Amino acid sequence: MIAEIGLAVLWMAAALAVLQLFAGFSALRPGGKALAGVVRPLAVMQGLLVALSFMALIDLFLETDLSVKLVAANSHSMKPFIFKLAGTWGNHEGSMLLWVTIMAVSGGVVALVEKRLREDTLIATLAGQAFVSLGFYAFLLLSSNPFERLPEPAPEGMGLNPLLQDVGLAFHPPTLYVGYVGLSVAFSFAIGALITRDVGPAFARAMRPWVLGAWIFLTIGITAGSYWAYYTLGWGGWWFWDPVENASLMPWLAATALLHSASVLASRNALRAWTVMLGVIAFSMSMVGTFLVRSGILTSVHAFAVDPERGSFILALLAIYIGGALVLFGVRANTVTEGERFSLVSREASLVFNNVMLCGILAIVLLGTLYPLMTEAFGAKVSVGPPYFNPVGAIFALPMMVMMAVGPLLRWRRDNPSRISATVAVPALASALALLAVVLLAPGINLLPMLGLAVGAGLALASWLPLRGRNLRRTPLSVWGMVVGHFGLAVALIGAASESAFSTERLAAMNVGDRQSVGPITLRLESIEPVAGPNWTALEATISASYKGGAPVTLHPQARTFSSPPGERTESALHTRWNGQLYAVLGNEGDDGRWQMRFWWKPFVPLLWLGGLLVAFGGLLALIGRVAQDVKRLRVNDKIAFRKARQEALK
Amino acid sequence: MKRLILAIWATLSVLLVVPALAQDQLPPAPLAYRQLDDPVLEAKAQRLMETLRCLKCQSQSIADSDAPMAGDMRHQVRSRIAAGEDPEAIRAWLIERYGDYVSYAPQNKPIMWPLFAAPLVILLLAAILLRGRFRRGPAKAERAE
Amino acid sequence: MTAETPRRAGLAMWLPLALFGAFLALVIWGLYRPANTEVASAFIGKPLPQFDLPAATDDRPGLSSAQMQTGKPRLLNVFASWCVPCAVEAPQLEALRRHGVEIDGVAIRDRKADLDRFLATYGNPFARIGRDDLSEVQVGIGSSGVPETFVIDGKGVIRYQHIGEIRAEDVPMILAKLKEAQS
Repeated sequence: MIAEIGLAVLWMAAALAVLQLFAGFSALRPGGKALAGVVRPLAVMQGLLVALSFMALIDLFLETDLSVKLVAANSHSMKPFIFKLAGTWGNHEGSMLLWVTIMAVSGGVVALVEKRLREDTLIATLAGQAFVSLGFYAFLLLSSNPFERLPEPAPEGMGLNPLLQDVGLAFHPPTLYVGYVGLSVAFSFAIGALITRDVGPAFARAMRPWVLGAWIFLTIGITAGSYWAYYTLGWGGWWFWDPVENASLMPWLAATALLHSASVLASRNALRAWTVMLGVIAFSMSMVGTFLVRSGILTSVHAFAVDPERGSFILALLAIYIGGALVLFGVRANTVTEGERFSLVSREASLVFNNVMLCGILAIVLLGTLYPLMTEAFGAKVSVGPPYFNPVGAIFALPMMVMMAVGPLLRWRRDNPSRISATVAVPALASALALLAVVLLAPGINLLPMLGLAVGAGLALASWLPLRGRNLRRTPLSVWGMVVGHFGLAVALIGAASESAFSTERLAAMNVGDRQSVGPITLRLESIEPVAGPNWTALEATISASYKGGAPVTLHPQARTFSSPPGERTESALHTRWNGQLYAVLGNEGDDGRWQMRFWWKPFVPLLWLGGLLVAFGGLLALIGRVAQDVKRLRVNDKIAFRKARQEALK
Repeated sequence: MKRLILAIWATLSVLLVVPALAQDQLPPAPLAYRQLDDPVLEAKAQRLMETLRCLKCQSQSIADSDAPMAGDMRHQVRSRIAAGEDPEAIRAWLIERYGDYVSYAPQNKPIMWPLFAAPLVILLLAAILLRGRFRRGPAKAERAE
Repeated sequence: MTAETPRRAGLAMWLPLALFGAFLALVIWGLYRPANTEVASAFIGKPLPQFDLPAATDDRPGLSSAQMQTGKPRLLNVFASWCVPCAVEAPQLEALRRHGVEIDGVAIRDRKADLDRFLATYGNPFARIGRDDLSEVQVGIGSSGVPETFVIDGKGVIRYQHIGEIRAEDVPMILAKLKEAQS
C-alpha cells in the first residue's frame, strides 16, 4: 500500500509541475496576469507531495518490504538500521527520487519566502524550476520507477555493496546531491532573470543564499568523499583525479566562482552577464557530473551504478536544459550590459582574477577528464592522471591563492596598491620564511608541495587581515565567513602539501610479536583474531603504536568478509595526533604465516579535511549572516509598507 | 513461481561468488608488498608506480591496487629500479608493450599537444576578454565619480 | 561584452553553446561506441622478448623464446587454471590442435596441483607449458589478462593478439591468422 501511495503522490507532483510550468508561462504573457497567483501555491504543493513520496520510499526501506523490487535488490533484512536508511538513496532510482525531492522542496521554499525579486522574474524562475523538474519526473516515472513491485516477494534482499556499507559513504552521496540540486535553483534564477531581462543586484541577492547553501553541501560532500576514499581504499591516497572525483569537483569550482561573482553583482552591480553564465555553467557541471558517473562512459574506481541507458536519458536532459539555457543566453546576453566598471586595482578586479583562475582549473579538469575519450575517437588510448592535473592545476591555483590573500584587503571600485603594501608585507614575509624553512630543513622535496606550503602559510595569516582595524563584535557574519573560509582553504593546502611531501610508508611481513617502525612511530603486532559484525566477519589485528617512545595506543585494522552480498574489504585503522596520522592496514597472510601489513605516517594530513570543514563552516557563517540581513531588511520594508498603508488610509 | 524466484536467487548468489574464486592462490611476487632496502631507490620506484596504470583495475595506479597483476608489475618496477634502471626507461618499456594507456603521465606526442596547450590557450583567452575591460575601465570609473 | 562592440561580443556569446555542442557530440559518440575495455598489446609486429620459463607440469617441457622460432607459425596461449573463460576456450584450443596447430602455453600465477587438475578436466592441447609466476612474460608481450592468445610467426614475431576466450566461431579466424603469418 505504501508503495502505491508513494507512486500515486509522485504522479500528482509531476502533474502539478506541468501546471506550474504552463501557469508560469501564461502569466508572463500579456493578459495572462490572472494565472500569476497560482504559481507559488503550485510550487509549494508540489514540494510537499514529493517529500511525501520520498518518505514513503524511506519507510519501505526501513521495513525492508521485499515485495518492492528496489528494496529487494538493494537491502537486506539483516542490515543495520543506518544502512537500511542509506539504502533508500544508495541506488539509482532512490537517488533520482532524492534529486526531484530536493529540487521540488527548494522550489517550494523559494515560492514561500522569496519577496525581493520582481514578481515576473520569480514566476519565470518557478516556471524554469518546474521545467527542469519535469525532465527528472519523466526519468523517474518512465524508466526508473522506485516503487515497482515484484510479482512475488523476494525471500531475502540482495544487500548492499560492501564498499558502500560505511557510515561515511551512507551520507556522502546525498550531501553531494543536495549541492548538485541546490545549483538547479541558481540555474532557474538565472533563466528567470534572462527571460525577464532582470539581471541585477536583486537577482544576485535572491540567488546568493541558494548558491551558498549548495556550495556548503558540495564542500562537505567532497571533503567527506575524500576522507572516505582515504580510509576505505586502503592505500592512503585521498585524491586520485578519478573521473568520478573530478565530477564532484567541477560543480564545486563553478559554484565557488558563481558565489564570488554573485557577491560582486549584489553589492556593486557589475559582472552581470558573467554571473548569469556561471549560474548556467554551475548547474550544467552538476548534470555533466551525474552523467559521467551514471553512464559509465569513463572508467572509474568509484563506479557503482553504471548503466548506459540511464546515461542516454541524463544526456537528453542535459542537452535540453543546458543547450536551451545557452541558446537563451546567446539571444539575451547582448541585452545584458556588463554594469558598473572598475579599475585594475580593486576588489572587483581581484574577484574577476580569481573567477578566471577558478574557471581555468574547471576547464583543465573537464578537459583532462574527457581527453582520453577524445583521443579514443582518433584511435589512441591514453591516460591522464596526477602528473598532468597537479602541476597544471597549480598554474591556476597558486596565483589564485596569492590573490586571495590580497583581494579582500582592497577597496571596491578603485584602490591604491601602496595603501595595503605594508599590510601585505606580513604574510609575504611568512611565506618567505616558510619557504626558507622547508628548503633548509627538508631539502629534496618536490617543487609543488614546497610552493604549496609557502603559499599556504602566507594565506593562513593573510586570511585574518580583513579583520584588522574592525570592531570584531560589529563585524558582519558574512565577513567572518569569508575569513574562516579562506583560512580553511589555506589549512587544507598545508595539509595536502605536507602529506605529499613528508609521508613515509612501511610495508612489512610480520609475525605476531614482531616490531616495525614508520616515521617517528614504533609498532608491535600484538595479535590477530577473528571478530564478527552484524553482516560481516573479519580478521582483526591488534597493533600497539608508540610515538617517539611515548605511551602506546592500540589500533585495530581489519580484513572484512561480507556475507550479503559476498565481498571483501579492508578496514584500515587510524590514529590521529595533532601533528599527523598513523594509517595501518592488515593485508593477507603469506605462505610463511607472516601477515602483510602496510603502515603510513602522514604528518599534518588531518589538516586537509579539517580545512575542508572550515571552508564549509565559513560558508555557513556567511549564509547565516546573509539570511539574517535579508530577514532584517524584509522587516524594515514591511514596516515602511505598513506605515505607508496607514497614511493612505488616514488620507 | 516461488521456487523459480528462489532458483534465480540462488544462481545470482553463485554468480556473485565466482569472481571471488577466480583469483589465483599464489603468494604475491617478492617485491609486490616489500619495499626496497635503499630508501632513495624505493622513493624512485614509488614515484614511478604512482603514475603507472593498473591494467586489470578501474582507474587505479599500480601503487594502490591489490590486484595480483598490479603486484607483479610493482615487482617488475622495484626489481628494475634496484638493478639501476632509469624510471623513465621503465615507463618507456611498458609503453612499448601497452601503449600510452599504461602511463598516467601524458607523453610528449602530437596527440597530447592540445592537452599541453590548454592552459596557455585558457590564459590567452582570459587575457583577451579582460584586456578590453580594464583598458577602458579606469577612465570610465573616473567619469562615474 | 560591451555596448561599444556589440558585433564581436555577439559571436563570443555563442561560444559556450558551440563548446557544449562539441561536448555533446563527443559523449554521444562515447555512449554508442562499442564497449572497449580491453587493453590491446602494442607489441604486435615485434619479436618475442627473451625468456626461458621452467616447466609448469611434469609431462610437458618448459618454454623459452628461442624454442618458438621453428619456421612455422604457432599459438602462444596465456592462461591459468583459476580463470573460468580459460576452461571455456579449452575445446576450441583442442580443435585448433587437431587442425595441426602447435600451441604453447604460459600458465600465469598457477600452482602445479591446480594446473594438473585443470588439464585433466579440460584437456591438454599444449606442446609446452611454461610457468610464469611473476607475470614476466605476460607483461613482456603486453598481455593484460587471461586468457589471451597470440599468433607467433616462424621467426618468433608476434603477429596477432586475441583477447578473451576463443569461441567456436573464432576458430576459422585464428586459422586464417596463422596462415597469414606463414607468408
